[in-house]
Amino acid sequence: MDFAFMRDTFLTLMGGVPLTLNLSFTSVALGAVLAMLLALMRMSRIKVLDWPAQGYVFVFRGTPLLVQIFLIYYGLGQFRPTLQAWGLWTFFREPYWCAVLALTLNTAAYASEIIRGGLQSVPHNQVEAARACGMSGFLLFRRIVFPIAVRQALPAYGSEIILMVKATSLASIITMMEVTGLAAKLISQTFRAVEVFIVAGLIYLILNFIITRIIMAIEWWLSPHLRRPPAIEPRLEAAHV
Amino acid sequence: MKFVKTVGLALLGSALAMGAASAQEKTIKIATEGAYAPWNFTGAGGKLEGFEIDLANDLCARMKVKCEIVAQDWDGIIPALTAKKYDAIMAGMSITDERKKTIDFAGPYVNGPNGYMVAKSSPLAKMAGTGQAYNLGTQQAAAEKAIEASKEILKGKTVGVQGSTIHANFADKYLKGTAEIREYKTTEQHDLDLAAGRIDAVLADSTAIMGTLDKPEFKDYVMVGPSITGGLLGAGVGVGLRKGDDELKKSFNEAIKAAIQDGTVKTLSMKWFKVDISPKG
Repeated sequence: MDFAFMRDTFLTLMGGVPLTLNLSFTSVALGAVLAMLLALMRMSRIKVLDWPAQGYVFVFRGTPLLVQIFLIYYGLGQFRPTLQAWGLWTFFREPYWCAVLALTLNTAAYASEIIRGGLQSVPHNQVEAARACGMSGFLLFRRIVFPIAVRQALPAYGSEIILMVKATSLASIITMMEVTGLAAKLISQTFRAVEVFIVAGLIYLILNFIITRIIMAIEWWLSPHLRRPPAIEPRLEAAHV
Repeated sequence: MKFVKTVGLALLGSALAMGAASAQEKTIKIATEGAYAPWNFTGAGGKLEGFEIDLANDLCARMKVKCEIVAQDWDGIIPALTAKKYDAIMAGMSITDERKKTIDFAGPYVNGPNGYMVAKSSPLAKMAGTGQAYNLGTQQAAAEKAIEASKEILKGKTVGVQGSTIHANFADKYLKGTAEIREYKTTEQHDLDLAAGRIDAVLADSTAIMGTLDKPEFKDYVMVGPSITGGLLGAGVGVGLRKGDDELKKSFNEAIKAAIQDGTVKTLSMKWFKVDISPKG
């Protein structure tokens, strides 16, 4: 192990972190909106809404993200005249937007199922209690159903966010120089695959460590009922000493 | 007594024959990329084909060994050699000082220049220096002057190269700050993006460009710019070998020398590239 080399590698690869985070958060944020929509469509009990949502989830969960990125970038690239006619080419011309689109569509499929699970896990008696208090419609959703659903879905959603951070590594196949893209370039210059990938793995580990802490903090903040009431004991004990 | 002698000789003879047979059956595993037409590519039916497949088979016949040719992604082709997944690389790999730090080379078996591929209708088709040839190793000043002249028209354009290649190094050294450089995993990918209009030019080996221009989809594209060899573009294409594999290096070198001398390399070069890029002198 050459630690001086690994330090240099670390500094080089850190240059890819902004793009990795940018791709992760943009796609998770856009994906969450789409996922919410899909979950509501699935739960609407209206067939014309339910079926397309089911089909969407089936397709995007059932095919590899690598294939999706490849098809959106290189596949749609072959239909340039059509896309130009529709005014979409400025969007599909850029590898960044193609990557964001593929990641968003993919995460939306997974997240919609997580959100649906969360919404369905809201205890019925809580909804009834809220109705008894006179809440209904959007007020009921905003005050009771949504906060409880988010709390239930958060552990699974946290995993999905971590998966997305790692999934951004696939964007390197469409020329995006994020952490993995830079790692591949560095390996090609130095041929030291083991050291470079150890450092790249370490960077993802650090990023995901921070993200898991943030998600844990949000979970704690959302679950006041599970926390122990603040104890008064310690002050008395201190007096004894 | 005579009988014993005969049996003894027969036994000895068969033992020798068996020894010879096992020497015949020595297998060398050669890695190629399988995505770099016409050098090496996966043909219809999933079989590896191309210039290097033909050449490898010829060299192996000369070395009297059995060869197994396997496909390996370009990215990991050197690390996997050092990890002993195979014994040699024949994948259009240029002999460069940088690679020599990690692996050894036999050859070169060919030496061809690089070039740009652009659309005929693009302003880049008028790039300066088209048709001129320079060697960065032996005529550095003249070559760099030609490169500077050809750069003028590339300002603000996007150029695609295959990552981990001498062309990527060339782009890093001479085009950085002039054009935006995008790195692709394979030449097929940058060709697709050139056709899609996401990039304005492809910088690659002239033989790879000729191979692409042969396809009907690329009839409206041309190769432009000065033909550069040598220097950081390497001393031709050779067989990549592990350091210390001197015996294999020696037999490859002898086989390559013989194949160049009797015109086999030239014939194969004409067959696959339509130009003779066998090393001269």
